[in-house]
Amino acid sequence: MSAVTTPARQDTGGTSAKTLNRIVIYGLLALFALFYLMPLFVMLVTSFKTMDEIQNGNMLALPRAPTFEPWLKAWGETCVGLTCAGIKGYFWNSIKMVVPAVLISTLLGALNGYVLTKWRFRGHTLVFGLMLFACFIPFQSVLLPMATILGSLSRFGVTLQNATGFSFGLGNPTVNLVFVHVVYGLGFTTLFFRNYYEAFPTELIKAAQVDGASFFQIFRRIMLPNSMPIFVVTVIYQFTNIWNDFLFASAYAGTGDAMPMTVALNNVVNTSTGVVEYNVNMAAAMIAALPTLLVYVVAGRYFVRGLMAGAVKG
Amino acid sequence: MAFLEIDGLKKRFGSVEILKGIDVDLEKGGFLVLVGPSGCGKSTLLNTIAGLETITEGEIRVDGRAINDLHPSKRDIAMVFQSYALYPNMTVAGNIAFGMEMRGVPAAERQKAIDKVAKVLQIGHLLQRKPSQLSGGQRQRVAMGRALVRDPKLFLFDEPLSNLDAKLRVDMRIEIKRLHATTGTTIVYVTHDQIEAMTLATKIAVMRDGEVQQFGTPAEIYNNPTNIFVADFMGSPAMNLVPATIGGNGSGLSVVLQRDGREPISLPLAKPPAGLSAFQGKPVIFGVRPEALTDPEGAERNASNIAAADCHIEVIEPAGSDTFAVTNLGGKAVVARLRADARIQPGTVTPLAFNLTKAVFFDPATENRIL
Repeated sequence: MSAVTTPARQDTGGTSAKTLNRIVIYGLLALFALFYLMPLFVMLVTSFKTMDEIQNGNMLALPRAPTFEPWLKAWGETCVGLTCAGIKGYFWNSIKMVVPAVLISTLLGALNGYVLTKWRFRGHTLVFGLMLFACFIPFQSVLLPMATILGSLSRFGVTLQNATGFSFGLGNPTVNLVFVHVVYGLGFTTLFFRNYYEAFPTELIKAAQVDGASFFQIFRRIMLPNSMPIFVVTVIYQFTNIWNDFLFASAYAGTGDAMPMTVALNNVVNTSTGVVEYNVNMAAAMIAALPTLLVYVVAGRYFVRGLMAGAVKG
Repeated sequence: MAFLEIDGLKKRFGSVEILKGIDVDLEKGGFLVLVGPSGCGKSTLLNTIAGLETITEGEIRVDGRAINDLHPSKRDIAMVFQSYALYPNMTVAGNIAFGMEMRGVPAAERQKAIDKVAKVLQIGHLLQRKPSQLSGGQRQRVAMGRALVRDPKLFLFDEPLSNLDAKLRVDMRIEIKRLHATTGTTIVYVTHDQIEAMTLATKIAVMRDGEVQQFGTPAEIYNNPTNIFVADFMGSPAMNLVPATIGGNGSGLSVVLQRDGREPISLPLAKPPAGLSAFQGKPVIFGVRPEALTDPEGAERNASNIAAADCHIEVIEPAGSDTFAVTNLGGKAVVARLRADARIQPGTVTPLAFNLTKAVFFDPATENRIL
């Protein structure tokens, strides 16, 4: 840190100062990492302990007799509010909501990015600016208007149900959440894809046009297969955000069967019947966190660089 | 009727006119090269033929059919792009067949067409590779294969060689010429390289600022440039353009060139262009190509009008096949092209032969040729 004050000192004590620098930097980083990982460690060890051990033992100690019992109980038996069937149902609720929401918002973002860069129309910067603006709107401010809109959609669903015998999912809380997350995510996904496609060689689109490919054929055959890196980034970002969302989930599906994982976890922890089962709570929290972790591990592998090599002049 | 006809084509972006009325035509099997400096509108013109850009005014006809309102894929054209524009996610075979696939050609037929093109371009061993695994020259071939496989009425090349290194560029240039000779296709080719233009074209359109400066065969463009721009742009080393005056001595005209510190050179003109008599005693630009300015022994024997004059040689550039000598006339460096073994020393005064049959004159005010 102080090695560069005078040239003379740099000459004599340059290497030792450098080593000291390294030690300080890595020491600090290790300390921060430790600090950050501590709660995760406590959660993990607690989730494998029995209640006896938790009540009598040290919080940081490793489990003496590791047991999967709390995990099984959290998955299949623990009480969420008044129903005691574990969190598995809510876990699937979240999956059913997150997967379509992520895929739809990502694909629409890709389509937006494609149009905003390769099929420019008058006022495209304004449209992009407005979409970007959507990224900065706080969640809270859309809660009530969105509730009103979802209410109208739900009433429209009832009308459809009466008229055609099929509601097209309107009014279903899961569909509502998918809708909300798609709308809210579009700003981000469009931003990601637009910036990626901005650097995408336009000659490829021209070549495909000469080859006779249509608007959607170019999108499907040329743009999407060459968008893997940004696709993965967007999916990771959207999956983490939507899976972890609590505000919209609790506002629009806070009760009943469609309740997503985050709300259910909150209810597990807040259910007060008898002893607080810390091990089960921790296991439930870990289960809730696993999918995002999994997405990072699996999708990160496809995070390939240099996919565009060879398209244009190398 | 020509095969490709472009009539009064104009292109405006807002109030800016990019193409200012282009009139060009090309016979079937011809090779038209659009050449000019950056920003002259040559690529834009090619894109309008391809249908990748709309036109504001005028008409483009191929084989008698107006195509300016058709979608690019309906124009029966194929295009080779500067960057090759190979689809990185597809194999070489996939790249070549993509257009056919889009037009719904059956798989067996596609395979047959791929094999045929691969044979012509000798890329059979590359068919299963991805573009990223190819070298520059191989990518160039694949890009041409993608165009060839369609067997279109018109080929469009957009500076296809500008991304290659110098040696490969010469090889591919010959290959394109051979391809044109064997397949007899009609080609429109954009380049900023005047050597490519000279070597490949059957017709050249020299462009500047959205206008065609001159349109003709390579020989016409080279020997009879219509203005200073064309004369200067075509040819390497460039034509010497020397400020001069026209002198008269009763019977005939002569061109008078100033020299540093010595009396001017006066070269008698045997057959001056008719328009030149009006410039008697006035300044003109005297244009002579380096090969028309040489050592007296190396001068063309049957040229009717050769005049020799002593010139002070400033620099010698031996280029292997020729020796270039730089002298100073009319305040400008003038390049003479001598035989490789010409005995000449820098700093000496040597007689140089001016082949005045090949000389051209320009009006300094309008920059146009004096005929």
